[in-house]
Amino acid sequence: MGVENTTAATLQDVINWARKNSIWPVTFGLACCALEMMVASSATYDISRFGAEVFRPSPRQTDLMIVAGTVTKKMAPVLRRIYEQMPEPKWVIAYGACACSGGIFQSYNVVQGVDQIVPVDVYVPGCPPRPEGLLKAIMRLQEKIAAEAPGQRKLVSLPWGKNG
Amino acid sequence: MAETRTMTINMGPQHPATHGVLRMVVELDGENVVNAQPHIGYLHRGIEKLFESMTYRQALPLTDRLDYTSGVSNNLAYCLAVEKLLNIEIPKRAQYLRVLLSELQRIAAHLLWLGTHALDLGAMTVLFYTFRERETVLEILELATGARITPSFIRIGGLAADIPDTFLPRVMAFVQEFPKRIDEYETLLTKNPIWKRRTTGIARMSAEDCINYGVTGPVLRASGVNYDVRKAYPYTSYEDFDFEIPLGKNGDVYDRYLVRLMEMRQSTRIVKQAAEKLPPGPVSATDAPQVVPPDKNDVTSDIASLIRHFKIMEEGFEPPPGEVYSSIESSKGELGFYIVSDGSNKPYRVRVRPPSFINLGALPKMIEGALVADVVAAIGSIDIVLGEIDR
Repeated sequence: MGVENTTAATLQDVINWARKNSIWPVTFGLACCALEMMVASSATYDISRFGAEVFRPSPRQTDLMIVAGTVTKKMAPVLRRIYEQMPEPKWVIAYGACACSGGIFQSYNVVQGVDQIVPVDVYVPGCPPRPEGLLKAIMRLQEKIAAEAPGQRKLVSLPWGKNG
Repeated sequence: MAETRTMTINMGPQHPATHGVLRMVVELDGENVVNAQPHIGYLHRGIEKLFESMTYRQALPLTDRLDYTSGVSNNLAYCLAVEKLLNIEIPKRAQYLRVLLSELQRIAAHLLWLGTHALDLGAMTVLFYTFRERETVLEILELATGARITPSFIRIGGLAADIPDTFLPRVMAFVQEFPKRIDEYETLLTKNPIWKRRTTGIARMSAEDCINYGVTGPVLRASGVNYDVRKAYPYTSYEDFDFEIPLGKNGDVYDRYLVRLMEMRQSTRIVKQAAEKLPPGPVSATDAPQVVPPDKNDVTSDIASLIRHFKIMEEGFEPPPGEVYSSIESSKGELGFYIVSDGSNKPYRVRVRPPSFINLGALPKMIEGALVADVVAAIGSIDIVLGEIDR
């Protein structure tokens, strides 16, 4: 029993290690914050130091959605669909004040925080946050992934699915 | 003969080459575009409505989130409109600094455009070159304004503060270096045969069509029409500076690229002149105590200044009733603000004339009959920002 547990933990560690060092984000810029997301992937800030430089236009090939910008009510169903198209395991960073809480746009057409429609792992405040903010968020996310236990992940989009 | 049918494909709102959340529904006959319809509104944040619930001062941060690639220009356009309504005179030093900052911002916006446009067309290296210089510009802007993207530094009645001592040496070093960097971009693209094949003769607009569609900015000037608000209706002392308006001939994607490159060279000239000729003096209007808040030192030592500061921050000011339109040349084209005042401390109505929105209207005309791969080139060449299209 003890031996089995040890083996399982080690395997999970290896899985977590692999997952946290190859986070592929989806190319999904919404507004102003997307500029800083692009700067984070340029040579000055170099997001590839964290294994997260492979921005994929197709959500089917990604692990991370960086919600960079204002989510409007017209965009919300699209955002939710993109999230559901991403394969498990998947994570979400709410990048910027608008994605965290609606920001300065307390208006009739702005979703007051992306956590109303998708589960968020890391919040980055700022309007817009500096590129260092995104790097810090990815490091926090890596810590979170490294601490994941087997069976801890819950599938959000498929209620009949098994934990991956 | 087999019957041919057209195919309708959807592009966006999540698409790497639509520069934001633009959605295009494209009808294709094989590889050729029969009809293309842009669908907008995915970033509609209700900014024009929000203006009505804020005082004139409070509404300023909304403006640099319209066209977020050139925040300073948007602040300037809004402040000029409100100042026209209030009829106040801005000191020369503030005007020159406004010119300096907005031209630096134009360089940053064009660099961002060049990098992403080249990336869309498959030339990835350019992005890393242009972002290197864009970082330098943003650092200079940050030195003066304290923010990289959304400065809100140009205020109604002048500027938020004077520039720090280290600002001008950094600017001069940049204008010395930058023309050489533009030469570098030119070695990458201007004579590159692949770049020329992807851009020459693509998404052509004649001068007449441009005028009929109301297109402004580099897209209009690439078709050979000499219209630039900086020359046609000079504002903020642009008449004091010596610069030229670059013009294209063919009105295709390649000419728009050349026009923007030459504009960056001209902007560098303006920045240099503004830094050299910068006059001493105050950076805020001295004859408008109801608009410009008092000096910070006075606020902490003088009760009358404290009260005035509090009143300006809490209640704002009340411009006379009336309506005003004022426009500037932003990096995308003519950016105008139309403000209606009913005499209260909040605007009755604010309408933005965004260059991107009107330029985007010409897109279906541009790509009629083009190949599907040219749609990306056309969208990139207009240089749209969805923030100001949807508002």
